[in-house]
Amino acid sequence: MPLQTPPLRGLHDERGAKFTEFGGWDMPVEFDSIRTEHAAVREAVGIFDVSHMGQIHVTGPDATELMQRLTTNDVSRLAVGDSQYAAITDEDGLIIDDTVVYRLPNETDEGARTDEDGEPTYLFVPNAGTDESTHERWITYRNEWDLEATVDNRTDEYAMFAVQGPDAAELVDDATAESITALDRFEAQYATVDGVDCWIARTGYTGEDGFELIVPWSEAEHVWSLFDCQPCGLGARDTLRIEAGLLLAGQDFDRESDPRTPYEAGIGFTVALETEFVGRDALAELEREGVEEKLVGFQLIDRGVPRHGYDITNTDSRVIGTVTSGTMSPSLEHPIGLGYVPVEYAEPGTTLQVVVRGQSKKARVETTPFIDTV
Amino acid sequence: MSFEIPDDRRYLESHEWALETDGTVRVGISDFAQDELGDVVFVELPDEGDTVTQETEFGVVESIKAVSDLYAPVSGEVTAVNDDLFDAPELVNDDPFGDGWMLEIEADDASELDDLLTADEYEDQIA
Repeated sequence: MPLQTPPLRGLHDERGAKFTEFGGWDMPVEFDSIRTEHAAVREAVGIFDVSHMGQIHVTGPDATELMQRLTTNDVSRLAVGDSQYAAITDEDGLIIDDTVVYRLPNETDEGARTDEDGEPTYLFVPNAGTDESTHERWITYRNEWDLEATVDNRTDEYAMFAVQGPDAAELVDDATAESITALDRFEAQYATVDGVDCWIARTGYTGEDGFELIVPWSEAEHVWSLFDCQPCGLGARDTLRIEAGLLLAGQDFDRESDPRTPYEAGIGFTVALETEFVGRDALAELEREGVEEKLVGFQLIDRGVPRHGYDITNTDSRVIGTVTSGTMSPSLEHPIGLGYVPVEYAEPGTTLQVVVRGQSKKARVETTPFIDTV
Repeated sequence: MSFEIPDDRRYLESHEWALETDGTVRVGISDFAQDELGDVVFVELPDEGDTVTQETEFGVVESIKAVSDLYAPVSGEVTAVNDDLFDAPELVNDDPFGDGWMLEIEADDASELDDLLTADEYEDQIA
């Protein structure tokens, strides 16, 4: 199956980017160097093409109920212009995907935007390569529950850029006709960038202040070119999000190879047990009984780099877990990682070992995020 | 993008270079290899006095994004290790044919170098 390409594939290629397959997409992994791009985001500002992320619109009289019953968080808390992080779980409470749900201005029958009347409208962003299966899931449940809602997969209609870093607000504000600096974290609005209508949210996945712009596919190149800052690839996005202790789908949880609940994965804050959703009963039971394993952050004390799939052992060399993500932290300049261990080993300060190519390396459980985040 | 490929040394298909002086062979990785790897963050090397065998693994170079085995260009005894790389692995990126060298090997048989690629042959391989 051919890889999907982001709208700026050609532009990135001309700029000298290296590419990688990610979730069925051919995405830039590195423009200059991961270290350079990482530092730009921590110290100033960088821009990422994250057009591989899915875009699904849900609207109609029952849109709120459909979203409520298929995501773990409480969608009814969202006013127009709000967004929330949520998990999508199966009947057993296992994470299928994580996502951000945005409440868009309501749509009138004529398609006009309004904050008050009209039909509630949501946009949510599933991970790369899962948009089709997620769309099918929404359609299947909508039909089963006989709800009145329209579900559109618009992944191919919109590009998505993440402008991240301490200088992001100034850069994005300079580019928009309307001021966006009043947005709080997880708030969003429509704004025009050189005449192009964009949905702009104060979200991101780097631990820094920043904005994500959802841009019509046909205008992607024009909008991208207006941001004069360091282009960044998925390599830097990965080191930034590990430092921020954030999950990567398919790695820190994987429905097929390593299914996990939100409580194990450290995103129990996304679970609103007072609402009804698929997986709610299983999670309510787990919340009462507690989890056996938890995702922890750790620092490798000995020389080496922890990588996905490496064994974690206790000090008696008994295998107790697996590294799900790891890197040499460009900000901290020491190796860090994430992995699941039994709860009795999850306390910060606990000594563990990571088996790096057959050699046990000393590690210590750390509090996450590893760096200060917004 | 063009890469530096000095013609005073030989190359392995796995991207190590070997420079011989009086039977001692200095080893590192090529400009192409360091560029492919990206930011090098860790190098694992044998100790002085260890022996290595031609075309078998002698160590590992890790960048932020990848892990890559290192292969010996000749058989022999390790007579020097570039300790600077333990504290400054970025030397591999900055100067792969100079300060980013990794090992020196006292070759059992320096003619083993004849098995390796010339600069022209290596250039063809990475083209």
